[in-house]
Amino acid sequence: MTTKKLSALALLVAFMVGVQLTTHVTGTSYYLTQLTMTIYSCLLIIGLCLVMGYAGQISLGHAGFFAIGGYISAALTTFNFRPALEGGSSWVELLNTTGLFTSRTSMFGEPLLSVQPWIACLLAVSLTALIALLIGIPVLKLKGHYLAMATLGFGIIIFRIVLAMEIFGEADGISDVPGFTLLPGLTVNGNLDNRVVNYYIAAAFLISGFALLLNLIDSRVGRALRAIHGAEDAADAMGIDTARYKLYTFVLSAVFAAVAGVLLTHYSGGISPSDAGVMKSVRYVAIVAIGGMASLWGALTMGGLLNFLSLRGLFGSYDDAVFGAILIIIMLFAPEGVLRLKLWCKLKGHKEEG
Amino acid sequence: MALLKVDNLHKHFGGLHAVNGVSFEVQKGTIKAVIGPNGAGKTTLFNLICGALPADSGTVAFAGRPILGMKPYQIAAAGISRTFQNIKMFPGMTALENVMVGLHTKSQAGFWAGMLHLPASRREEKKIRTRAYELLELLEITQFADIEARSLAFGQQRAVEFARALASDPPLLLLDEPAAGLNIYETAEVARLICKIQQQGITVLLVEHDMSLVMDISDEIVVLSFGQHIAEGTPREIQHNQEVIQIYLGE
Ligand SMILES: Nc1ncnc2c1ncn2[C@@H]1O[C@H](COP(=O)(O)OP(=O)(O)OP(=O)(O)O)[C@@H](O)[C@H]1O
Ligand SMILES: [Mg+2]
Repeated sequence: MTTKKLSALALLVAFMVGVQLTTHVTGTSYYLTQLTMTIYSCLLIIGLCLVMGYAGQISLGHAGFFAIGGYISAALTTFNFRPALEGGSSWVELLNTTGLFTSRTSMFGEPLLSVQPWIACLLAVSLTALIALLIGIPVLKLKGHYLAMATLGFGIIIFRIVLAMEIFGEADGISDVPGFTLLPGLTVNGNLDNRVVNYYIAAAFLISGFALLLNLIDSRVGRALRAIHGAEDAADAMGIDTARYKLYTFVLSAVFAAVAGVLLTHYSGGISPSDAGVMKSVRYVAIVAIGGMASLWGALTMGGLLNFLSLRGLFGSYDDAVFGAILIIIMLFAPEGVLRLKLWCKLKGHKEEG
Repeated sequence: MALLKVDNLHKHFGGLHAVNGVSFEVQKGTIKAVIGPNGAGKTTLFNLICGALPADSGTVAFAGRPILGMKPYQIAAAGISRTFQNIKMFPGMTALENVMVGLHTKSQAGFWAGMLHLPASRREEKKIRTRAYELLELLEITQFADIEARSLAFGQQRAVEFARALASDPPLLLLDEPAAGLNIYETAEVARLICKIQQQGITVLLVEHDMSLVMDISDEIVVLSFGQHIAEGTPREIQHNQEVIQIYLGE
């Protein structure tokens, strides 16, 4: 890593710590819950930024990937296998001996036997990666914005599936999702006395994910991606397997979305169909666009700001409409993102000349 | 030995027969030019050879190996590099970075190595940078290394494009109108660079409208008109070919 990148990351860490200390000093620790949720959304958004800004593709399915992560993990960690075990199901017995399951009591005091969060998480993320691969392989061979169409269809299907299936709780979603113990003593859950720790767990995930992506765009692969985005036929002529690079980028960003889904679900203790809705995907796309497409820092800043404001209820019942409007305005007036507004650049240019 | 052998190549765009049964060979180490009036099918021919467009029928063999049907990136990796009629610099990248992209096939670091910046990939990055700089040296444009390529003058962009195309050590280099849009000084400079490239042992196939450039540097010339192979020979022979003279006078 270059010193420039390191110092920027150090600044980010300092900012995150500063925010927590401020809430502590001002007695506003109740903000931490919404901040933690915002951080997980940002994890998804920086992944989407890689697809939009560097692979030059639009995904309208990222809420779907988030939902697959969250729902699979939630369903596996809440589904009770105890009746099946007591009923003498030999495969549940077999799985039980492998340490796949864990026992706990539900919030109604009922004994539960459900899948270990780590296992559930790995399954959820692998399944997401597999689905992204299956969507991406045929679609990303084509030149053009076919990924937007395909992922839009995919997003709608996921939304209908979680609404329709009993195992996903239909319209109510899944609740009573247990905490996810990452390491002994480090549990992702929504307990109030665990709020500060969880803020830092989320921050650690975001900062590591962000560092990985910053590294990536500043590498041979990142150069290839920028080349593809800038002039695809010239990238082809340089021997870059453009379809494969776009595919891997797409899968990587789906994995970021799934990880965010898993962690946020265990943090909030549940997930509901609104998290899987296509409007959520539109919101993510709007945020990346306003951040400047090919700017991880822009996506992070805007993701942090807008998600937090939205969670604070600033946009009221116009929440979705606000993000739709943002998308339209950005496309019309500042396709480079607000941080690089044309007007602003012009002013800057004049200053440099003068 | 023929490094490139094009045989009975055909390409239609709807009713338009853009490349109509073209056959020719390019001998190793030579400079061969493809000339012909606008719309003769020269760029289409290049796109077929590079795999950027699928051919209708015919064969293309490179170093004895059929390459038709391969993906563009595979053909590039196999050793055919190209430049574009309308220079295609990667936007937002410096001249040096553009050349570094050209070294793609000469390096390995993948997604994991990139995300983790492993020591091996850092060493490789350093090598890529050094080599890219050497290529800028070869094309005598090191002074532009850190300038955004798209903001350079046309002639300088050409040189960057040459460096980028040469980065993969291609046995065969395809140049589509390297002198297009250049003034006479820049054109002379490009001619000198092409000869310098040939001296590195690289075979060159070029499309060009600038006849003095073509006659000066080519060993052999192929003439296309309306997609068809009209004539082939040394610059002297082509200059005295009645059919060719007619095509160019009738234009
Ligand atoms: N992708 C395409 N789709 C349809 N028609 C095309 C396509 N590419 C080229 N053509 C047509 O094929 C013919 C040959 O075009 P091509 O670009 O190969 O000519 P050229 O010899 O390179 O001409 P120039 O000297 O102007 O560059 C032209 O009539 C052109 O309009
Ligand atoms: Mg042409």
